[in-house]
Amino acid sequence: MRRNGPLALAFHTLFVVVTLAPIVVVCLVAFTPEGFLSIPTTSLSLRWFRAIADYPEFVRAFGTSLWLGALSSFVTLLIAVPAALALARYRFRGREALSALFLSPLMIPHVVLGIAFLRFFTLIGVGGTFLALLIAHVVVVFPFALRLTLAAATGMDRSIEMAAISLGADGFTLFRRVTLPAILPGVISGWALAFIQSFDDLTMTVFLATPGTETLPVRMFLYIQDNIDPLVTSVSASVIAITMTVLVLLDRLYGLDRVLTAKGDVGPQEAP
Amino acid sequence: MNAAVDSLSATTAPSRETRAAWSLALPALMLFTGVVVIPLAMTVMLSFHDWGQYKGIEPVFILKNWREIASDPYYAEMFLRTFRVAVLATLITAAFGVPEAYILSRMSGRWRGFFLLIILGPLLISVVARTLGWALLFGGNNGVANKLLMSIGLIASPVRFMFTETGMVVALAHAMMPFMVLAVWTALQRTDPQIENAAISLGASPLTVARRIILPQIMPGVLSGAIIVFSLSASAFATPAIIGGRRLKVAATLAYDEFLNTLNWPLGAAIAVLLLVALVLIVVGSNALIERRYAELFR
Repeated sequence: MRRNGPLALAFHTLFVVVTLAPIVVVCLVAFTPEGFLSIPTTSLSLRWFRAIADYPEFVRAFGTSLWLGALSSFVTLLIAVPAALALARYRFRGREALSALFLSPLMIPHVVLGIAFLRFFTLIGVGGTFLALLIAHVVVVFPFALRLTLAAATGMDRSIEMAAISLGADGFTLFRRVTLPAILPGVISGWALAFIQSFDDLTMTVFLATPGTETLPVRMFLYIQDNIDPLVTSVSASVIAITMTVLVLLDRLYGLDRVLTAKGDVGPQEAP
Repeated sequence: MNAAVDSLSATTAPSRETRAAWSLALPALMLFTGVVVIPLAMTVMLSFHDWGQYKGIEPVFILKNWREIASDPYYAEMFLRTFRVAVLATLITAAFGVPEAYILSRMSGRWRGFFLLIILGPLLISVVARTLGWALLFGGNNGVANKLLMSIGLIASPVRFMFTETGMVVALAHAMMPFMVLAVWTALQRTDPQIENAAISLGASPLTVARRIILPQIMPGVLSGAIIVFSLSASAFATPAIIGGRRLKVAATLAYDEFLNTLNWPLGAAIAVLLLVALVLIVVGSNALIERRYAELFR
């Protein structure tokens, strides 16, 4: 295979710099010792990180986002793992339609989903509640959890299951002791990806969040609409740090390219 | 739903397998029917309802909102801007993402993994944080972006990025770039490097190889990346809202305004439904075209 020439490497460097520029600039400004937006030149300061604590709306929204992300991705798995097993193991009429339905939140613009959820939850009387947010997030992160668990379930060697059955394992034991451990990397990656998607979602959530149930992206968005100051950069830097942690975990555990390219519609002949 | 299961098992001879599959998928099916299918149908209905400042939403069937969108040039201009910005963002991601994916594919294993993480990672970083970064870089005439572009002599006078379509396109292209790189990179994985080597040994220049050998093979990947980028850009919310400000509206931000500021839900629903229908038609249509054009590659 041929190597990249100097021109290609120059292009690549520029590409990476532009890719990282907005993220780096946010993180730099977050450490400014000044009271206004500036890139620190002489010294770094944590004053704007400390300032987050004096702004209870951000702290509360941060708590809501962490809790919502953890809970919605867990609930999603409870539903997605059986659905993934059904899609991976059985060929039945309606399987394609079912899989398209489950992946549809990827296709439908989130602004449309947000509107549909707002209308629906208001009509059934749970508008503005945490429960409404939770259900909406379960739906939106479902495709991500499904794709990764489906890839794991499709690639699983089923002869271990046959062995367990022949040794007398019943249905639940089979799932708990054999199937689940075998697909666990996919399940955990699915959880992590679902968590990130829930933790970052703005477009759908902005329709459902009320002052009591604001998530962090919503709080940040509303704040930025009024004015941009170093406080919102330190909040953003914290969010970036959390996401990076989960991201590195995902990469180590599963490989980021596999996480992002996992196809939910592969048949068993196309094991990942 | 039970009826659906019953009729299905009646026609396909009730096998235990089919029943097991449906019962495993049942919780998810119930969730999606109740919380996706029904609310979407309700939203379509909502777009035909009446609304007044004092009377609120009236559940009647009228075409008022659709007529307003069709007759008021404001909406035509807004949809035109939405799709113009999306097309430009798509073209930029293709222009830069395709060569970058090719360069990535020619790197050695460890570097490739490292840069793939750097380039795809931003996909998972909060879009609010990324857009905030662009707002900081743009920041008026004295923004870092302008200073840099002027110092290398690319532009003579400052370009206005904040609250303009230019800024929107740049920030959107940046946000969508990972999707394009990913799509092209996946397509490159499937190409056979021996064909490239054969072309080189027959005396083809690097440019000829890229144009005549690589590009035709990865074209379906480029096009499917373009479809993803286009549809996500056309329905983007955070970037147009932050970079575009309060005046420069696109479909998603206008629908948001109607819902949460004006409170004219039926009109907001009509805008959202129109966006959804337009995107579905464009995506399905271009997918069909691509599959027909590249049928031999999908076989």
